[in-house]
Amino acid sequence: MNNLSEIRFHGRGGQGAWTASLLLAQAGLYEGKQIQSFPAFGPERAGAPLTAFTRISDKPILIHSNVYEPDFIVVLDSTLLGSSVIKGIKKNTKIIINSNESPKDIKNKLNINLNEVWVIDATSLSLSIMGLPITNTAMLGSLIKSSNIIKLDSLISVVKERFSGKILEQNIELIKKAYEQVVMG
Amino acid sequence: MYRDDSEKMNQKLLGLNGDEAAAYAIKQVNPEVVAAYPITPQTIIVERFSEYVANGLVDSEFVAVESEHSALSACVGASATGARAYTATAANGLALMWEILYIASGMRQPIIMSIANRALSGPLNIHNDHSDSMGARDSGWIQIYCENCQEVYDSHITAWRIAENINVQLPIMICFDGFTISHTMENVFTLNDEIVQNFIGKRVFPKITGHLGETDLRLNPTCPITMGAMDLQDYYFEHKVQQHEALLNSLEVIESVENEFSEITGREYGLIQSYMMEDADVALIGMGSVMGTTKYVVDQLRSNGIKVGLIKIRCYRPFPKEKLVKAISNCKVIGIIEKSLSFGSVGSPLYQDIKTVLYDYEKKPLIIGYVHGLGGRDTSPENLKQIFQDLLKIDNLTKKIGNQQYIGLRE
Repeated sequence: MNNLSEIRFHGRGGQGAWTASLLLAQAGLYEGKQIQSFPAFGPERAGAPLTAFTRISDKPILIHSNVYEPDFIVVLDSTLLGSSVIKGIKKNTKIIINSNESPKDIKNKLNINLNEVWVIDATSLSLSIMGLPITNTAMLGSLIKSSNIIKLDSLISVVKERFSGKILEQNIELIKKAYEQVVMG
Repeated sequence: MYRDDSEKMNQKLLGLNGDEAAAYAIKQVNPEVVAAYPITPQTIIVERFSEYVANGLVDSEFVAVESEHSALSACVGASATGARAYTATAANGLALMWEILYIASGMRQPIIMSIANRALSGPLNIHNDHSDSMGARDSGWIQIYCENCQEVYDSHITAWRIAENINVQLPIMICFDGFTISHTMENVFTLNDEIVQNFIGKRVFPKITGHLGETDLRLNPTCPITMGAMDLQDYYFEHKVQQHEALLNSLEVIESVENEFSEITGREYGLIQSYMMEDADVALIGMGSVMGTTKYVVDQLRSNGIKVGLIKIRCYRPFPKEKLVKAISNCKVIGIIEKSLSFGSVGSPLYQDIKTVLYDYEKKPLIIGYVHGLGGRDTSPENLKQIFQDLLKIDNLTKKIGNQQYIGLRE
């Protein structure tokens, strides 16, 4: 049971949080793992806060309830930082945040004492590579750096199936740079 | 997105949500007619299927009708001519089909319908519970409840052989939890098209005597027959009892078709599924995706040496009473968890069924009915653990709980 990883994504409608959860699950599937991916079921509007979830395991996933105590929390938008983001955290929960602040500042801001807070300025990175503030693939690259739940190559393989041409190249660059640049504190 | 898994006979592994799993299976079945009302409360099943039609991947005639009442009516008409007919709906859409549900089963048409279970309004709610299909439990349809997306895929293939069996000739509702399954992507092993086609074969028809001699029971201008005719005091009663008996007899057919399917896939479901019941003191009985979560909780409690188990009811209509009684065996305390409320009744539908069945048996466990998850409220592993712990404390001889209990209800 310990090999079940539960990941919660926080984003705003239109930022691709659910897509991030799907891509991560598909990368798990690519490795032959057991997966689940689902959004928090509620009204979906552009700009409104939303959450999406991924479960990855080596064994069949029987559980069909919400995720209550995530192992990983991925925050696509720093304006969402607040009580909803840290709900259900455990001491060993890892948080991966899109922010230009330091892990230490984030810990103080959220008043949390986690072992690992990972930070990447994914918005700036994405603007410089794609010219758009779309951060979901960059956040997945960062998540993979913080953990061993899947391999970076598996993510790139599923991104290749989803995108093509210039957008594909930009996303691959974004994933690799985010993987290299994310910092932990 | 797939890889081949040689251990599972080259079945293709896909990441599909419940809706996609249903649509994918129906694409492989390639029924002659798919009729649906493509607006809320519709699911993405028919949206996906209409893409298959537009891309020429199926031969089906897709009939976009103006209401669910018409969707099922179109299926009845198509099926009466001998076509395979399919539709999908949920919640209030099913409610609007009401009149035709009884006509479909009464005319013995083997229509397959997916239900992504959702709450009935009002107040308006689009989330998961079993209020919709539970209301249809007496409409003469076979009802199968799925736990996960794999089961959704598999059930949409086996259903045709069951419904069309010469001794059954009845429609089937394949129920799966709205959102919790319909919108959740999971691992789904899929068969190749040829294997699916070989498995389902061609639709078979009972032989009857028409105006021009023996013919198939189907509308055919070269040998005209009357279907759905007036049937008054003289024969209606007999026909209804025949229908009831056909439904009861389908238990055997469901089992045999699924056994055959499991030889191809390696996946077995059964009418009910017992989990850790051999020596269980306490068990939960229920249907749908929550039974997966319950398995997860049973595993946790078992790892601490606590003797608990569960029984998943997969086939709810016809009700598999013999299997159930056998599975309950020596269990002393049973909690029945249901996502529907039977207003003003002594308990929810499954509770009523199970208590009725056990009245005739000597060993009667203590039975407590729980309603949970109405309108999509989540039932957590903690909720279920608490129920098991409460039930473990009950002394069969001294304590009686007569009233319906609720899980996760705010006070």
